Amino acid sequence: MAENRLGRAGIVAVGAIVTILAVTGGAFVIAGANPLDAYYAYFIAPLTREFTLLEVLNKATPILFTGAAVAIAFRAGYWNIGVEGQLLMGAVAAAGIGQVVEGWPPLLVLPVMIGAGALAGAAWALVPALLRVRLGIDEVVTTLLLNPVALLLVQALLHGPWKDPETGFPESPRIAEAAEFPPLADFIPLIGRSRLHLGFVIAIVLIIIAWYVLSRTGTGLRVRAVGLSPHGARFAGIRVERTLLRVALVSGAIAGVAGVSEVAGIQFRLTEGVSPGFGYTGIVVAMLGGLTMPGVLVAGLLLGDLSVGASSAVRSLQIPSQLGDVVQGTLLLVVIGAVAIYRWRTSREDERPPDEGEPPPDEPPGPPSETSPT
Amino acid sequence: MTFFADIIAATFRNATPLVYGTVGETYTERAGILNLGIEGTMYAGAFFGFATAYHTGDPWLGLLGAIVVGLLAGALMGLLTVTLGANQHVSGLGLTIVLIGLSEFANRLMFSGGSLARIDPMPLWDPLGGLGEPESLGGQLASIANQYGLTYIAFLVVVPAAWWVLMKTPLGLSIRAVGENPEAADVAGINVFRIRYIALMIGGAFMAVGGAFITLAMLGTFTLDIIAGRGWVVIALVIFGRWRIFRGVLGALIFAAVYSLGLRLRITAGFEDIPNEIMLALPYVIVILALALSGRNVPYPGAYLKPYRRS
Repeated sequence: MAENRLGRAGIVAVGAIVTILAVTGGAFVIAGANPLDAYYAYFIAPLTREFTLLEVLNKATPILFTGAAVAIAFRAGYWNIGVEGQLLMGAVAAAGIGQVVEGWPPLLVLPVMIGAGALAGAAWALVPALLRVRLGIDEVVTTLLLNPVALLLVQALLHGPWKDPETGFPESPRIAEAAEFPPLADFIPLIGRSRLHLGFVIAIVLIIIAWYVLSRTGTGLRVRAVGLSPHGARFAGIRVERTLLRVALVSGAIAGVAGVSEVAGIQFRLTEGVSPGFGYTGIVVAMLGGLTMPGVLVAGLLLGDLSVGASSAVRSLQIPSQLGDVVQGTLLLVVIGAVAIYRWRTSREDERPPDEGEPPPDEPPGPPSETSPT
Repeated sequence: MTFFADIIAATFRNATPLVYGTVGETYTERAGILNLGIEGTMYAGAFFGFATAYHTGDPWLGLLGAIVVGLLAGALMGLLTVTLGANQHVSGLGLTIVLIGLSEFANRLMFSGGSLARIDPMPLWDPLGGLGEPESLGGQLASIANQYGLTYIAFLVVVPAAWWVLMKTPLGLSIRAVGENPEAADVAGINVFRIRYIALMIGGAFMAVGGAFITLAMLGTFTLDIIAGRGWVVIALVIFGRWRIFRGVLGALIFAAVYSLGLRLRITAGFEDIPNEIMLALPYVIVILALALSGRNVPYPGAYLKPYRRS
């Protein structure tokens, strides 16, 4: 049976790779590039030079945060699609504090800023989470709808009270020097000229902590149990609502830190474009990573690689940068499909019908949830 | 005082994409499938509808192009969620990401550089034209009735017909059956897979038409981020409407009325000091409030989110 499974996995993986190559290769040809050159430019070339390699890590930083935020929530079956808005709130908090801490010691400023960003992100996640656990309002809709509201709030600040008094641009004033995340080149002599900053280290540490908590502690076990089957978890005595609420807040907090990292490490001010959809890319990262932390790490780095490759291929091969999004989306859909096929075939082989969780008598509040593993 | 006439006219216009989307999403959800691909399907309908109209010179062919794209998007969602049984949330979000990426890529290839590509938009239909001076009651009624053909089709044809098909025909019964209890539907001889595909493709076509209305009629051009979350609003409207077409359409009208009021107040004396962004955020906040007040214990379709497999 085990060998058979391995064989199945191999067949599905080969099929998935062939599909991805066919679709993306076709897109490259349409864009007028040799697919082999394009694959090299997109995935290999960024890894061959130190500067671009560091830029890959830099591009991966925000989506490692958002990927982890999404993965933690989805793992519990809480569909937090509001990471984009929660990130923006973290960015607002960072820009707000960054403007008023001139002359403070960095060792004090940075923790305060990170904490405030986490709080802001969690606060933005709180309303949908409360609506979900208290009234049973589907969090998919409420978290989604708060994203445009968050962006409008940012725009209101930038066109109103925070408009740069010197330039008149819709950008907040530059944050104090003490509030800037130091570049890693300051600490590690091996790292040359690069924007790579403290945020990357924080993201990695967060992912390690999240991995440990999810896979090695009772809390993690409860989170996973709620995600696999809320009904079963309730029978086992787990307080499902409380778990969902906490997961939602942690997810929002991590998203908020992503916003801090972008403001303090890259932009040094709040801008309307502080997030070009990092919250949504986080969903891709989380899914490609199979909702596991090691997976998020690999997928985040892969998409960082793709992002650097796609922007340099605009010059080297005259491929529109939008093709990077097509490649990313194709990867996602094919992986989703491949995982579904693999699970289906495997469960059939085991003579175990996949989706027949016994519905318990006490329906929890909230929208229906899948009881099958996702 | 044409203030209210302006707002009512704008309400019907702004509600039109939401009405098509709501009809489409109601069909897919009634068949048991949450299609979060709606945002991308509307986006692709807006772009490919525009691109077809631009190259053929005929906005009605553009509409046909959008319908084809919508059917394909629905079929792709079916492949993932019906045939393969993949998670619906993730498949829909993935579909949206792919369709927006494809549209922007094609936009870049077809319309890069140079001046903004434009088409002659679909004409307004002005049945009461010349009914009086703009300020008179007749003139105000005329300005309310002065709408695009697709708006008339939405409210007078699509909504009643979609309701009738869903509630009064064997096809509608099958769609509701596979969304409520696919096992029983299967035993009764209904092909669950085929009906779910049909519902997804009908739904996709309506969503795409909703998007295409914006490029082919309202704007006459395509710009990035053109759907701007309207698809997500529709997801909320369907829940608000409790999966009933007329209630969903009512929600779309309420949303569009608040939205249009906000736009109108920007150019109204005495309201200039309210930041524009607050006005624009208001409709979203109201939708969330409406869900909080009315969305409790809503009757989700029985097989919502559940893939079906014959065992």
